[in-house]
Amino acid sequence: MTPELQHSPLEAAHQALAARLVPFAGWNMPVQYTSILNEHHAVRNAAGIFDISHMGQFLVSGPGCATWLNRLLTNNIDKLAPGQGQYTLMLNEQGGVIDDLIAYRSGEAEFFLVVNASMIEEDFFWLAGHQDPDIILRNESALWAGMAIQGPRASAIFASACPGETLPPRNGYATTTAGAIVCRTGYTGEDGFEFFCPAAEGIAAWDSFVAAGAAPCGLGARDTLRLEMGYPLNGNDLSPERSPIEAGLGFFVDLTKPDFIGRDTLLRQKSEGPTVKLSAIQYTDKGAPPRAHYPVLAEDGSPLGELTSGVLSPSLMTGIAMAYLPTAFSKPGTPLQIDVRGRLFPAIVVKKPFYKAG
Amino acid sequence: MNVPADLRYSSSHEWLRLDGDIATVGITDHAQEELTDVVFVELPALGRTVDAADPTAVVESVKAASDIYAPVAGEVVELNPAVEADPSWVNTDPYGNGWLFKLRVKNPADALNLLDAAAYAASIS
Repeated sequence: MTPELQHSPLEAAHQALAARLVPFAGWNMPVQYTSILNEHHAVRNAAGIFDISHMGQFLVSGPGCATWLNRLLTNNIDKLAPGQGQYTLMLNEQGGVIDDLIAYRSGEAEFFLVVNASMIEEDFFWLAGHQDPDIILRNESALWAGMAIQGPRASAIFASACPGETLPPRNGYATTTAGAIVCRTGYTGEDGFEFFCPAAEGIAAWDSFVAAGAAPCGLGARDTLRLEMGYPLNGNDLSPERSPIEAGLGFFVDLTKPDFIGRDTLLRQKSEGPTVKLSAIQYTDKGAPPRAHYPVLAEDGSPLGELTSGVLSPSLMTGIAMAYLPTAFSKPGTPLQIDVRGRLFPAIVVKKPFYKAG
Repeated sequence: MNVPADLRYSSSHEWLRLDGDIATVGITDHAQEELTDVVFVELPALGRTVDAADPTAVVESVKAASDIYAPVAGEVVELNPAVEADPSWVNTDPYGNGWLFKLRVKNPADALNLLDAAAYAASIS
C-alpha cells in the first residue's frame, strides 16, 4: 500500500471544472462534476468522458508471448488478430479472480493489457513471478493518460476531435498518427472508445473531446452505468475467493485451452455446477437504495448472503444489486428480500443486464 | 449559499423553523449540495419521541446514506409526503417543499441553543 494519493495527469482539468475529487483505489479522482444522475443520463442519451488514467497499462511482447499469456489468462488469446481485444481474467491457483482486464493484440507478438487501478502492483508482480526469459513485460501505467468517451454520440465526437483518424470496430485496437491508442471498448454498455495518450498530452486531448460535446463524468456515474449492465467491479463483485464460473463469466473462460492457472478448479465447478452464482437482483417496488454488504434473505427470511454491489438505477429508478447466492436461489424470478437498516424490501432475481439500450 | 435569517441551525446541517411548539425540520442548502442528488428519504414513525441529536431520518444520495438528526427533543407529529414521493425536493427547495418532519418540541427554548443564521453561515464558510 502506498499512503500517498496518486494524481491523474488530468487533475488540473478536473479542478478547472470544479469536480468533487475523492480518494479511489489510491488515486485522487473525480466522483462527479455536476450531478451523478445528470452525468449518467448524458452517457445514456448523448456522450460522456471519464478520466481512466488511474487504470494500469502493461505491454507484453516477445516471441511466444501469446502462448505465455494464454497460460495466465482465462480467455483464448489466440482468437485475437492484431488490432483486436478481449475481456479476460487472471486467476490464482485456486481459480479465484486476481483481476479482470482487457487484452488487446497490438502486434503479432505484442499485447497491450489494461488492468484495474487498485491491482496494478499485484497484477504486475503476478505476471513477473511467472515470467519466461523470452517475454518482455513493461508496466507503462505512469506513461499514459487515459479517458473513456462513452455514449451514442461517441463516434461523432471522435470524428470531430480526431479528424482523419478511424475508430476501430467493436473491441478493436488502433493507433493514431500522433501515437495515441484508441480502443473501441468501455464499461457503460454504450458505444464508445477508450483513448490513451502520453500523460503530458492528456489535458489537451481531454479538452478536445469536451469541446466536441462529451460531458465530463465522474466515477459515480461510471459505477451506476456499469452496474445497470451487470458488469462486475473487482474488489466488490470479484474476489480471490470467487471464480469466474461463480461470477457468471464463463463466456470469457476457454476451458478447451490445454492449460491455464486456475483451470482445474473451473473444470470441476463446470462439471459439478457451482454452489453459488453471482446473481442480478432488482427491487419489485420502491425502496431504500440497495448497497454493498446489505444482507440478502430468502422469501421465508432465511439468510442467503450479502450484496456485493447495489445502487438506485438512474435509468430504471429502482434498486438494482448483485450478490453471490446459493445456486438454488439464483434463478431469475426467485423472490428475495433486502435488509436495509432492519427494513425488508422485496426483490427478485433477474437476468443481466438490468438495462437494455433503447 | 442560501442560509435564511429566520431559521435556526444545527452543526450537523439541519435547519429548524419554530412556530409555537411545532418545529419544522429539514437539511440546509449546504447539506443538500454536499450530499448531491437525493434519491431516497426515510422518515421516522409518527408519534416517535426523539432526543436532541437522535438519528431521526435518513437521506440517501446515489453514493451514500446519511443520518439526519433531531435538532431538539420532541415528538414526531407530521411527515412530509412530498419528499417521500419526490426526494429531489430536498435538492431543489431545501427550506420549502424539501422539509422532512415536524416535531412537537419538548421545550421551545431548546431552539435558542442552536446556531443562528450568521453563526451557521460562518461555520460553513
